[in-house]
Amino acid sequence: MRLIEPDLGTPAPRIEDLPKVTVSIDGRQVEVESGTSIMRAASLANVPVPKLCATDSMEAFGSCRVCLVEVEGRRGLIASCTEPVQEGMIVRTQTPNVEKIRRNVMELYISDHPLDCLTCSANGDCELQDMAGSVGLREVRYAEGSNHLSEAIDASNPYFSFDPSKCIVCSRCVRACEEIQGTYALTIDGRGFESKVATSADSFIDSECVACGACVQACPTATLMEKSVIEHGVPDSTVLTTCAYCGVGCSFKAELKGDQVVRMVPYKDGMANHGASCVKGRFAWGYTKHPDRITQPMIRDSINDSWKVVDWDEAIEFTANRFTEIQQKHGRKSIGGITSSRTTIEDVYAVQKMVRTAFGNNNVDTCARVCHSPTGYGLKQTFGTSAGTQNFDSVREADVIVIIGANPTEGHPVFASQIKKRAAEGAHLIVLDPRMIDLVRSPHVEAALHLPLLPGTNVPVMNSIAHVVVTEGLLDREFAQERCEIDSFNEWIEFITQDEHSPENVSEIANVPADSIREAARLYAQANNGAIYYGLGVTEHSQGSTMVMAMANLAMATGNIGRPGVGVNPLRGQNNVQGAVDVGSFPHELPGYRHISDDVVRQQFSDEWNVEIDPEPGFRIPNMFDEACAGRFKGMFIQGEDFLQSDPNTRHVEEALGSMECVVVQDLFLTETAKMAHVFLPGTTFLEKNGTFVNAERRLNRVRPVVAPACGLQEWEAVQRLANAMGYPMDFKSSSDIVNEIASLTPIFAGVSHDYLDEVNSVQWPCNDAAPLGTPIMHVENFARGKGLFVTTEYEPTTERTNRKFPLLLTTGRRLAQYNVGTQTRRTPNNTWLKEDQLEIHPADAEVRGIRTGDWVAIRSRMGEITLRAKVSERLSPGVIYTTFHHPSTGTNVITTDQSDWATNCPEYKVTAVEVLPANHRSPWNGQFLEREERQKNLLPAGG
Amino acid sequence: MRAQLSDDSVARALDSQSVETQLRRQDIDTELVGSLGLHWLEPLLQISRDGTEYAFSNVTVSNLSEIVNSLPQDGDPKLSSNFLGSISDQQYLKNQQRLVFDRAGRINPLTVPSSELLESILSSEPKTLIDAMETSGLRGRGGAGFPAHIKWRTVAETTSDQKYVVCNADEGDSGTFSDRMIMEGDPFKLIEGMVIAGYATGSTKGIIYLRSEYPVALEYLSQALELAYSNRWLGNEIRGSSFNFDLEVFVGAGAYICGEETSLLESLEGKRGEIRFKPPVPAISGLFGKPTLVHNVITLASIPGIFEIGATEYANLGIGRSTGTMPFQISGNVKHGGLIEIPFGTTVRALIEDFGGGTLSGRPFRTVQIGGPLGAYLSEKELDTPLTYEHMEEIEAGIGHGGLVVFDDTVDLREQAEYAFEFCEVESCGKCTPCRIGSVRGKEAMRQFKDGVDIRTYQLVEDLCDVMEQASLCQMGGMTPIPVRSAMQRFPEDFRRRGF
Repeated sequence: MRLIEPDLGTPAPRIEDLPKVTVSIDGRQVEVESGTSIMRAASLANVPVPKLCATDSMEAFGSCRVCLVEVEGRRGLIASCTEPVQEGMIVRTQTPNVEKIRRNVMELYISDHPLDCLTCSANGDCELQDMAGSVGLREVRYAEGSNHLSEAIDASNPYFSFDPSKCIVCSRCVRACEEIQGTYALTIDGRGFESKVATSADSFIDSECVACGACVQACPTATLMEKSVIEHGVPDSTVLTTCAYCGVGCSFKAELKGDQVVRMVPYKDGMANHGASCVKGRFAWGYTKHPDRITQPMIRDSINDSWKVVDWDEAIEFTANRFTEIQQKHGRKSIGGITSSRTTIEDVYAVQKMVRTAFGNNNVDTCARVCHSPTGYGLKQTFGTSAGTQNFDSVREADVIVIIGANPTEGHPVFASQIKKRAAEGAHLIVLDPRMIDLVRSPHVEAALHLPLLPGTNVPVMNSIAHVVVTEGLLDREFAQERCEIDSFNEWIEFITQDEHSPENVSEIANVPADSIREAARLYAQANNGAIYYGLGVTEHSQGSTMVMAMANLAMATGNIGRPGVGVNPLRGQNNVQGAVDVGSFPHELPGYRHISDDVVRQQFSDEWNVEIDPEPGFRIPNMFDEACAGRFKGMFIQGEDFLQSDPNTRHVEEALGSMECVVVQDLFLTETAKMAHVFLPGTTFLEKNGTFVNAERRLNRVRPVVAPACGLQEWEAVQRLANAMGYPMDFKSSSDIVNEIASLTPIFAGVSHDYLDEVNSVQWPCNDAAPLGTPIMHVENFARGKGLFVTTEYEPTTERTNRKFPLLLTTGRRLAQYNVGTQTRRTPNNTWLKEDQLEIHPADAEVRGIRTGDWVAIRSRMGEITLRAKVSERLSPGVIYTTFHHPSTGTNVITTDQSDWATNCPEYKVTAVEVLPANHRSPWNGQFLEREERQKNLLPAGG
Repeated sequence: MRAQLSDDSVARALDSQSVETQLRRQDIDTELVGSLGLHWLEPLLQISRDGTEYAFSNVTVSNLSEIVNSLPQDGDPKLSSNFLGSISDQQYLKNQQRLVFDRAGRINPLTVPSSELLESILSSEPKTLIDAMETSGLRGRGGAGFPAHIKWRTVAETTSDQKYVVCNADEGDSGTFSDRMIMEGDPFKLIEGMVIAGYATGSTKGIIYLRSEYPVALEYLSQALELAYSNRWLGNEIRGSSFNFDLEVFVGAGAYICGEETSLLESLEGKRGEIRFKPPVPAISGLFGKPTLVHNVITLASIPGIFEIGATEYANLGIGRSTGTMPFQISGNVKHGGLIEIPFGTTVRALIEDFGGGTLSGRPFRTVQIGGPLGAYLSEKELDTPLTYEHMEEIEAGIGHGGLVVFDDTVDLREQAEYAFEFCEVESCGKCTPCRIGSVRGKEAMRQFKDGVDIRTYQLVEDLCDVMEQASLCQMGGMTPIPVRSAMQRFPEDFRRRGF
């Protein structure tokens, strides 16, 4: 991997398959697609033209004027970036006049630029410096005159600084913010010589800037520069890897000096991100070296004891002994394991294999249980595959984009940029969300419709949309009849046409105007390409699975499946949550979504693993907790998951963990869960891992080791040692061995290996002989299950309802700067943007309770009470309040309930009936939390 | 008794509105008209009584009663010193040939003209109209002189669901005012031209981008548009045809650069006024990416005249490829500043001396800058050059928007050259480097020349002019060297060697 990649200056022409033209550049013939710029053609002919404002990641701009060339038969000089080639064009990039004019343009630049190259942070990585050399600038003849050399530096952003004295006003940052990020936070202010890069505020931090870093990457000088580069110097090597935050799975180049990571730069050819990034992936990796990180194994007899630092052997022996004893005492099923959706498929596979072999049961589950298990269930039922149908790029061809219960600009920012771009091109957005999320209205984006439905009413609204589609004759009957099971279709038609689904009836339940429902149905059904993207606002309900199937029904009924621009797509939360489930993390499924009761499949695994596999599904996470509370479940291997913060009804989780005899946590930090553990096995950060992540579009991306593991072992190696210590011989020599085993046993992964991924960059499963290059779009000819299945989606309202005592509905979500339970992001300067969780409340609800922004408030539900600060906001409808769960001290899940999805037990995080009142003291729980935190901190080894 | 009083920006600046109030107070039936463009006579008052017309110049509140009382009683002439006789007898007007300004100054600007011509045009084939435009040889009056029919044909032949006609009324050149005068004096001329252009090119939406410094024009245009709609000159099924065309005014925000067509389009789209690169040209991808016919006010206002007298007849006016009439505007240090619409080909001298009457100060003439702040300074020797695009190009000058600013012998051309750079510094959009930084460095060099010229810096200015001319993104930076070079070459005595 090259540190600095070739830059052809302008992007490939937007219209593909145009006829080729041949041009002559300095005597070299080159054949390019028509519409290609002279600059790009010249680069392709290996005659690079000097440039400053041009870069192939953005549209040509034509401002710097150093790329001028001569074209035979044309008067004057031509800017090669903005001029398309024509057949037979004869271009000269280097003539005496061109040379002189370029040099004199560069002289003008340098007449307003500090001459401090040797001490500049971009020294050695500065395009201005390179171009000055390239054009042969030898002196600046202008006398000292007006300049911008004393402009003040803006260092307000924690990750990068803005030094306008070095700015050449090329607008690359402004264009990056518009074209790549879509935030429009930057502009050029003023005219002429006074033109300056500016935000709407006095500083970057106070502006709309979302710190995605696109501007910093685009800057050709040291004007916008990572503080880490200013501190350490420009990097000198790079490793291509994959971000470990959300399910977008952005490809990054980790740039290093020695073994010091200097910066993370989004990779131009990354198939999920195409060179875009967000504040987390780009900048929030400092946690990898945070002093809180624990890099040595620790054990203790009881959770009230001090931790004892031990070596790996002792930790493994201690754990194996305890697990074995427990099984001897309480039976084979008294222990289980949790795989992490934050680590690689290799690490996950090792855990589920350990559970099914060394533990001898199927008590394995993963955090998908609490997020997208309804997706897995619902899409498997209807389409036949537990995953989204499209690649991310598909959205570029969508004409109507429906966003349901997802907040992409905060949760999946890089994909949100693609949505915004498509919306700016004219695609219509329909947003179904109780909150007015940014995609409802932000610069250059305005949703055609926003349906601010009441939390818990997804199913009736979706049914009603389908009702309108059917009753108004907007069906794609041909698709449904040819591609789907006809009986199920007819049955569904009968169900959906019932009057209870009419917009008028549903509008009363969901608090959405009937007209909005009708318009949404018409817009989606009549679009050339209608695409549905959804998040946890769909799944985390007691009808999560029903809703997933309702969306699948609608997509099938309108023929919006099986080609680019359409589909039903979960925006998955974690970097590898798709992969974790793909490789057998659920208690009822073997890798590749094969049911554990399938004798043929189970036999294959038995043969390979040389062990009998239990044909009965194991416990799901909530079952494990219930069993633990009942005294029947005593030991748990928890790979990188922090239930105690993330799972609903915190007190119940606490009780379950407290009742176990051996809780093993494999993690980076002493998480809330780890505070209740007996064994702590240190894990690796994504910069240390060697393996594979599977993102939300089923894409397998390689994660490559950038630095050595601080704790000495990869997660799978520790797991393998534990399995061996428990008597099951596991003998993987490397993580690529694991992938080979997965491929040999799992048809959808049959064509995958590390070598193959290194060769092709990435693939989307299924990847096998039938689809050697992977499968960007699923269900093209046939559904994975053969014919699509319509499922009648009866609405069963949740029993969690408002009443006089609990008159408000609380719904939860997340914010851009923090990630999930914040284990990582809270240990970075991302706290600058969100230091604590806040309660958003509508002005009307706030006023009657005497609550103002910044006030402490108590939120009380049937489960408990917590305190946090209020933020009065009109993004919500009256009656609905909102908060996040990024900070453990908030204890958001103390108040969420035990309600869960009927099919998958996915918890109903999104609906809790509560009351909010002003508070002048912390809730009892918040007090207990602080106490425990203090106590557990003191149990850590000194200096640990 | 009936009075006609000028009511354009010039007359108002000279307090014509108080005169109007006074006239009405005296119950004199008063009609407001645009200006005829004889600026030294404003405010101009014409009184008709018993079939006789009496014109009075420089009317003020204080001399108004004297003027009214001076009207001949029973053939007893006792006219005031402001009496001009009949305005039609003025040589200044008699020597002109007005096609664009035929009505301006003679009618109330809100008079809806006869729709006969428009109706007949809307019943002809669009293609024949474009052919007629080609025959007429009309070239853009905004400054570039680009043949209008090529733009028309391009817009017409580009397939799109929406096309636009955009009128560039951001008349920012110093010493120019013809756009303002037609909008204030005969807005229907412009509206008619835009409807015809829309019909010929298949555009259904027109926008007039008006500079914010023209409030009187805005007033008249807005009222004229209302009248045009109510008289079915605009809207659906215009004058009984099947053609629909909507027209609105958009007021700019005070940037000179928005007079450049691509910046203007950016501004119309709600963005910062900044130059777009070409290609694509606006005729293919203009406003909101749609095919857009962008013309200057006078270009569009010339269209009705072409069809009135016939394209061939129009082409016979002028010389060579500079066909038709051009409303020149003369100002600065000149006795008779104003608007002179004549066919191309008259000499510069004729405008300055015959029409303008020489310098106002009475001191010797030294130079005239033609074509706005980015136009060339001519010396006395070049005054006999005919005013055509081709002849002016031969002497490295241009007609631009037809403005001539006259200077007497007190002018310092070094200061003028400095001013050219400074103007560019202030008005550049700031996008391209030659213009953004070059203008400042040029200004600084010119300031250095105050203490005399050194060869090294002189050479540097030459290089700078080369860079700006050859490397700038648009004509703003590209033409700034024109006034500078013309000043340095034609008036070297103002750039004395250091120490001399």
